[in-house]
Amino acid sequence: MTGSILFLLIIVLGGIAWFFGRVKARGFSATNTKRGAVHSLPTYHGWYVALWAIGPALLFLIVWNIASPALITDAALASPAAEQLPSDQFARGAILAEARSIASGQQVRAFNPLSQSMVEPYRTAISYYQMIGMVAALLLVFACGVFAWLRLKPELRARTKIERITMMTLLLASLIATITTVGIFASLIFESARFFSMVSPIDFLFGTEWNPKAVAGPRGETGFGAIPLFWGTVFIGAIIAMIVAIPLGLMSAIYLTQYAAPGFRAWMKPILEVLAGVPTVVYGYFAALTVAPALRDFAVSIGISGASSESALAAGVVMGIMIIPFVSSMADDSIAAVPSAMRDGSLAMGATKSETIKKVLIPAALPGVVGGVLLAVSRAIGETMIVVMAAGLAANMTANPFSSVTTVTTQIVQLLTGDQEFDSPKTLAAFALGLVLFIVTLLLNLIALRVVKKYREAYE
Amino acid sequence: MNSTAAFVEERNPTDWQGDAMQKRIRKRYASERRFKALGLGAIILSASFLAFLLIVMVGNGFRGFTQTELPVEIDFPAMTGGASASQFEGANAVANVRTLGVRDIVNTSVQIQYGEQGTELFSAGSWQTVQSEILDNPDIVTSKATLYLPVESEIDVAYKGDGSASAEEKVAELEGKLSTGFNSNFLFNSDATDPMQVGIWGALKGSLITMFITLLIAFPVGVLSALYLEEYAPKNRFTDLIEVSINNLAAVPSIIFGLLGLAVFLNLFGLPRSAALVGGLTLALMTMPVIVISGRNAVKAVPPSIREAALGIGASQMQVVFHHVLPLALPGILTGTIIGMARALGETAPLLMIGMRAFIATPPGGIVEPATVLPVQIFLWSDEVNRGFVEKTSAAIIVLLLFLLTMNALAIYLRNRFETRW
Repeated sequence: MTGSILFLLIIVLGGIAWFFGRVKARGFSATNTKRGAVHSLPTYHGWYVALWAIGPALLFLIVWNIASPALITDAALASPAAEQLPSDQFARGAILAEARSIASGQQVRAFNPLSQSMVEPYRTAISYYQMIGMVAALLLVFACGVFAWLRLKPELRARTKIERITMMTLLLASLIATITTVGIFASLIFESARFFSMVSPIDFLFGTEWNPKAVAGPRGETGFGAIPLFWGTVFIGAIIAMIVAIPLGLMSAIYLTQYAAPGFRAWMKPILEVLAGVPTVVYGYFAALTVAPALRDFAVSIGISGASSESALAAGVVMGIMIIPFVSSMADDSIAAVPSAMRDGSLAMGATKSETIKKVLIPAALPGVVGGVLLAVSRAIGETMIVVMAAGLAANMTANPFSSVTTVTTQIVQLLTGDQEFDSPKTLAAFALGLVLFIVTLLLNLIALRVVKKYREAYE
Repeated sequence: MNSTAAFVEERNPTDWQGDAMQKRIRKRYASERRFKALGLGAIILSASFLAFLLIVMVGNGFRGFTQTELPVEIDFPAMTGGASASQFEGANAVANVRTLGVRDIVNTSVQIQYGEQGTELFSAGSWQTVQSEILDNPDIVTSKATLYLPVESEIDVAYKGDGSASAEEKVAELEGKLSTGFNSNFLFNSDATDPMQVGIWGALKGSLITMFITLLIAFPVGVLSALYLEEYAPKNRFTDLIEVSINNLAAVPSIIFGLLGLAVFLNLFGLPRSAALVGGLTLALMTMPVIVISGRNAVKAVPPSIREAALGIGASQMQVVFHHVLPLALPGILTGTIIGMARALGETAPLLMIGMRAFIATPPGGIVEPATVLPVQIFLWSDEVNRGFVEKTSAAIIVLLLFLLTMNALAIYLRNRFETRW
């Protein structure tokens, strides 16, 4: 808690620095009335002082937070209580970690009496170093603030300096997206590499038995064949969901753009978009509570064997419903992009509206529609909650929509739930699955965007 | 000559009024009508899916806001040995109530009225209702009072309409005494094992803290990168790289962000599992691209004449952007931000990855304390076997949907109210 109070205090001091800087600049702006005598407006002088006051202090705090734990440990180890500690590195580390979390208030009681004895040295060391950090940070605020304040003079190019810093901030902000992408890629690759050092990539990508619980031991692992997962993902996301979403989405888009009265369109379009705004966990619950039992009863009544209460069909249909507005808006865009001359030409030849749509608009818009469908597929195979709640865990390779199948995303959730040790292939397998999912969705998106772009160029 | 005559003879003008042609036209018009009906059908079907979903959720969920109660008469003066109302006012009120032994008082009163097995009729936490009643209204301890206490979950479900056979019997026995009241527990409690005692406040608070962190990070970063990319970025490879990664991030499945959070925030940085801080950071990375994309569109929509006018009267590049372009683009940026935040509020999968699926019975007190969020709470309750949780899950869904509806309505309002068409 002291950390955040210190942070707030520094910010407040920065505000005060801003005020004093501005006051001084106002003073000399008032006396130097000649044009161009004062380079910057008083506010920029204020910011100049404030940034000098805050910046170095915050930087120092960051460095201090990284460096001080090591110093604290050293200080604690120098205390007399530390002499009783076992020499074994591992046991020693565990005791120290426990003592530290008690001293910093994250834990209440110690399980090891030795840690209890270490708490007091830790506490004194922590408060000692915290005090040093705090005092040093505040001193830095004052020293740098005063330094900057003394440097204020009419010729100071405060605005230029501030703007350069702002520019740096803008650049840094836009780099975060790139860093995130790199972070995703690096963490997936890194963890997957560890997984593939235990399980051969061939077995993983082409094996047909998925049963991570049965994994025997280090080396010679089996049960990591991901083909049933890939099949389940494709079956639900790319087949069943698309059978629902493509006709409904496409026909909705056609009706809304070609037939509907403006008033009807104004009402129905937002209503369809609500479908996309419903959280997936709600869809998942809906699928598990209402759709799945209904489908199972239906399957039993028409005599299909192997009907399960968690079925590929339930998850796929509900996912399809979720995707409808997505397909519909993509189709809408690409139909709207077809030049109206083509449509008018067809109508002038005496074709009915539906003939125009079927024979002229759709073929012309097809690349855009296909691109949209690819994007929809990439979204469907990455969807998690619906399949976790409705599709089940059994890794079946079946084309029976009433039976239970499992997907890549379901298994990622499953593998990372409960006790995890970060070295077991079971946990790492989730990252390998994540990597496959990431690459596939990325490729689908790239292809889709290329298709859409090419087609747009054709009509421009 | 001959061939021409034959040709003319072969090409008689089409007989539009003839039977064959009329039939053909009728056929074409019928197909036109079929096609149009198909389109309308598709829309109506999609809309009715939505209606069906909402009806199911509301139908199940509104019962979650009510509870079944039985009256219990408690003779406070006799039971407490003459406690005075003033004991339960002021600073020591909570401590005094604790020493009173409300649980035993309630159990004894119940046994007097409903027999030895009477306590089994009531929810295990029903005495807490009495305790808070005393704190709210200390005067009741000076007299006999009849309080309505929540019954046990199975009876509650049976009274509301679909319980087990044994519970139905008990309901029949108690016919006339049972009544329905407002379930205030649901709004003010946190997760619990007894469906009669669960509430969404803990999850809601967790959601609010998480969303706050998300907004705090995603909004400034998103707006600043949108400004950079639209106003300053030179056209080169480096800028292309940034653009490509933003567009990619917007399309990455949310669960991948969860894996990132697990690998980087938890394992690399050692941040605490299940904390709102980690959840907020993960969701911020997910929301940021949405804000950047909508922000860029909003900035792009500001006409160049504004920039030129500002430059013309001597503003610097930076002043043009921060004094003129940004304020004009802000409504559009805010609309995009709210939509992105609404998506983050409903997101579940990435939060499961970073451990936000633990049973958490107290609302989080800070950003590093274990927390859960509304959608995850819904997921956890949906897994419960106890039938009492079905209506609670749906009720929590109603609350979540209400929040999303409010946010989207706000976004639409902002768009209509402030967006300028140039």
